[in-house]
Amino acid sequence: MGHYLLRRLLIAVPSLLGISVVLFTVLALAPGDPFGEMTLNPNVPPEVAANLRHQFGLDDPIWLRYFHWLFAMFKGDWGFSFISRVDVDKLILGRLPVTLAVIGASQILALLIALPVGIYSAARPYSWFDRIASTLAFVGFSLPTFFTGLLLILLFSIKLDWLPFVFRADLAATGLDWWGQMIRQSIMPVLVLGLFQGASWTRYVRSAMLDVVRLDYVTTARSKGLPEHAVIMKHVVRNALIPVVTLVALTMPQVFGGAIVTEQIFRVPGIGSLLIDAILRNDTPVIMSVTFVFSCLVIVFNLIADLLYGWLDPRISYR
Amino acid sequence: MAGSTPASAIASGAGAARARGVSPWAEAWQRFRRHKLAVAGLAVLLVMVAMVAFGPMLWKVSINEIDFGARLKTPTFAHPFGTDDLGQDVFARMLYGGRISLSVGLAAMLMAMFVGVSIGAIAGISRGAVDAALMWLTDLFLSLPQLPLLLILIYLFRETLKQAFGPEVGVFILIVLVIGGFRWMPVARLVRAQFFSLREKEFVEAARALGASVPRQVVRHILPNSLGPVIVAGTIDVAAAIIAESTLSFLGLGFPPDIPTWGRILFDSKEYLDIAPHWALFPGTAIFLAVLCINFVGDGLRDALDPRKVL
Repeated sequence: MGHYLLRRLLIAVPSLLGISVVLFTVLALAPGDPFGEMTLNPNVPPEVAANLRHQFGLDDPIWLRYFHWLFAMFKGDWGFSFISRVDVDKLILGRLPVTLAVIGASQILALLIALPVGIYSAARPYSWFDRIASTLAFVGFSLPTFFTGLLLILLFSIKLDWLPFVFRADLAATGLDWWGQMIRQSIMPVLVLGLFQGASWTRYVRSAMLDVVRLDYVTTARSKGLPEHAVIMKHVVRNALIPVVTLVALTMPQVFGGAIVTEQIFRVPGIGSLLIDAILRNDTPVIMSVTFVFSCLVIVFNLIADLLYGWLDPRISYR
Repeated sequence: MAGSTPASAIASGAGAARARGVSPWAEAWQRFRRHKLAVAGLAVLLVMVAMVAFGPMLWKVSINEIDFGARLKTPTFAHPFGTDDLGQDVFARMLYGGRISLSVGLAAMLMAMFVGVSIGAIAGISRGAVDAALMWLTDLFLSLPQLPLLLILIYLFRETLKQAFGPEVGVFILIVLVIGGFRWMPVARLVRAQFFSLREKEFVEAARALGASVPRQVVRHILPNSLGPVIVAGTIDVAAAIIAESTLSFLGLGFPPDIPTWGRILFDSKEYLDIAPHWALFPGTAIFLAVLCINFVGDGLRDALDPRKVL
């Protein structure tokens, strides 16, 4: 397992570098000089601006600037926000926990929906349960997250007045009361993300199960006289989960996309809404860093998927 | 998704159909028709396309005529979908914006197909270093955080393209390029996998033995046989592109306010959700319905065209 993990980590490094190159090139090639926000300020005299440009290395060749930026990122020197004049790493660290909590909770919800529903559907294909579940899954992943969010707000906040529709980070309450309010205001964002993911994963689980059910070893298990639930749970599910884990890892970027939209709808103070604010206000260092953090998260989740893969399918670890 | 099974070499039932004198397309239609929801989806989709194509000619209400006397009106005969905060007719705006929403989906899909098929075909026909490099690129793109990058690209290049092509065409080109540029990877992988199995088949070998050049083998023999799954993926991509465009517009980073795509109408309406819910519900339902129907059609096409189907 240790070797396997090490190899996976070594594969992740070039991907991260590749992503950083893509990111940096896009920003450096963009018209309007997004790095030079300060030096474009008309109140700054031209010679001062030229000095500033020189000091920040903005006139260096692009590859040199890339390496400067990369080393600075490595050292933890992520620059400071043009708008709020705070260090970018502090800004992101302050907001990351909320995002991770919302995403984590919604993924757990999605798994709690997708695994039982998908397994039960595949165990009785074309039954009424399967048909209704499949149709609902279709509806679920055809509903865009921004529309589900608005519908939930309309239903639970405006019509029924059960849940607050603005997520507040500065709750006045403490202790148990704080947790209660936190959970109440997290219900809708988590529902929006979780239902969407749950719907698409249900389909993956069902079709992967159906692939495995047809295999000979399952017939063997049945003809040994094993009870049906033992065949399904012990023989089929574990093997069916292998392709599902891959697909789940591949959809991770989509999850973060959904998280950005959800944070924006419910005003959740996470890094997704930080990114949108930064884009609307031309705050380049924040945009760069947040996107980079998102890339790192995607890669971390791919790593986790690889580890799960190794656990589900021992043949891989020994390779 | 059916992509979980390895590409099987056996095209089921095609030979038998040929013997009865039914063309492959007629047979595919037979199989498509058996998927009731797909047929219903296709019908609804055609109605929607007809409405946005011909609707603005029949429903002659201006999309940007401001009438403060009729602000935030609920649906009436004069305004079937109600009015927005400036008294503009939501129905007329949706008919007009729907053209853009749907054509962005189509154009982005075509772009993704083109890039995906090209890269997949090149990787699939050439072995070794080229294949490895292209697949590394595909994997890199798959692990990019797409929405943040979409947002950044649009934020950076919007002004330039607006100046070059005008606000409507410029933003359209940008959004199509960017969405298409982030959706080709699954297609490339599909095409490559198909090429790997097809290029060893006897009929390709026969073509090679007859002296067909590599481009001819690819274009005449391999590509047409690998199109089934690609068409299915393309259909699903239209839905994904429509969602992507709506998401961008919903975040306020897509089309400008004078171009009322469905996502843009939603963005404008969300501040008035408590007093004028109809304003948000109609465009949201339109997006949902279009996406749902396209997904059903894609599912039906999978039954009809994809020999690897799981069902």
